[in-house]
Amino acid sequence: MYTQALNTAETDDRGLEDAAKAAQFQARIDAEERIESNDWMPAAYRKTLTRQISQHAHSEVVGMLPEGNWITRAPTLRRKAALLAKVQDECGHGLYLYAAAETLGASREELVDAMLAGKAKYSSIFNYPTLTWADIGTIGWLVDGAAIMNQIPLCRCSYGPYARAMIRVCKEESFHQRQGYEIMLTLCRGSDEQKAMAQDALNRWWWPVLMMFGPPDAASQHSDTSTKWKIKRFSNDELRQKFVDATVPQAQYLGLTIPDPGMTQDADGHWRYSEIDWAEFKQVLAGNGPCNRDRIAARRKAHAEGAWVREAAAAYAAKRAQRQTAQAAE
Amino acid sequence: MATPNTPLWEVFIRSRNGLAHKHVGSLHASDATMALQAARDIYTRRGEGLSIWVVPSSAITASDPAEKGMMFEPAESKIYRHPTFYEVPEEVGHM
Ligand SMILES: [Fe+2]
Ligand SMILES: [Fe+2]
Ligand SMILES: [Fe+2]
Repeated sequence: MYTQALNTAETDDRGLEDAAKAAQFQARIDAEERIESNDWMPAAYRKTLTRQISQHAHSEVVGMLPEGNWITRAPTLRRKAALLAKVQDECGHGLYLYAAAETLGASREELVDAMLAGKAKYSSIFNYPTLTWADIGTIGWLVDGAAIMNQIPLCRCSYGPYARAMIRVCKEESFHQRQGYEIMLTLCRGSDEQKAMAQDALNRWWWPVLMMFGPPDAASQHSDTSTKWKIKRFSNDELRQKFVDATVPQAQYLGLTIPDPGMTQDADGHWRYSEIDWAEFKQVLAGNGPCNRDRIAARRKAHAEGAWVREAAAAYAAKRAQRQTAQAAE
Repeated sequence: MATPNTPLWEVFIRSRNGLAHKHVGSLHASDATMALQAARDIYTRRGEGLSIWVVPSSAITASDPAEKGMMFEPAESKIYRHPTFYEVPEEVGHM
């Protein structure tokens, strides 16, 4: 990923956007060229990507909270080590993504501040609580599963720094989904109570997971230009359908029931799901999900409690720099 | 209060003996020592590297991609720098 510093000249000529440049830009996109941070790009492309990449980064960071809730209560040392490694990866994903967003000219600090102020969004899924250990299995299996479905096409996104960050992220994600499925498998092969716990978790997470792919195509505001710019390669509904088709047999193998009695299989093999409750999705996005307030409060607390570390590190660096200049002058 | 900015660093990793250090991404850290430690934690959680370089992003001077025509023209016109420019009779064999 390139640097914020390299971008300074770029911001100045945003106003000069002309039709010829825009056409040339679109031709590069159509030819499957990758756009790099120093290249000319329409202001709206820059803005769309800054919003999308930073929201993705916030999601990775906030996504550590529901799982972090179970690190100290994991049932075995093996599970605990795996969960800890997974949560560390999510932190890393957040950092790769902030770095990718910064190549567009924003600073990480301003992006993080916008999230802490409640002005930036993150994935709706992380506003649901993790009530039992089975929720950790379900998150790995379904939430990471949905994230992978969404992130694989992003590895071919037209914006180079984002595409490269996604390649790195996707390499790390497959362990997340596998450890989650393994937890589910263990529970489903266990006692009746354990299996019931797994079913209960699936019942609570299924619909919120389907909402992760975003509003239905008919109602989506950003899709058209994002498709034209090859930021998005598949529509929300296409990705959701792929996910459902991949997941139903996995649930069947576990012996679990997808909580959608209206679900049917087409002649061509696709699983048709019932209407999603979009009113719930809107409520969660508007800040009224079960955990929205908790999540923001936890992020603000962590940020505030880390302030002294940032200050101390900056003071130490300044002191050493000063000493070096003094020594050089001797 | 707005969070003050922490300097940006570019990270380069040598993944295997004999390979060059390759740019892998960037990170924020207040000094070089912390940048190295952060690079280890962020970019080498699965043994991806033998060695790490961190460079202040502000120390990098980049060519302007908009000027790439002018920048790289001197090489483009010199096709005689490529082996295929020269004709060697087939009988002579591979050379
Ligand atoms: Fe992730
Ligand atoms: Fe992700
Ligand atoms: Fe993940």
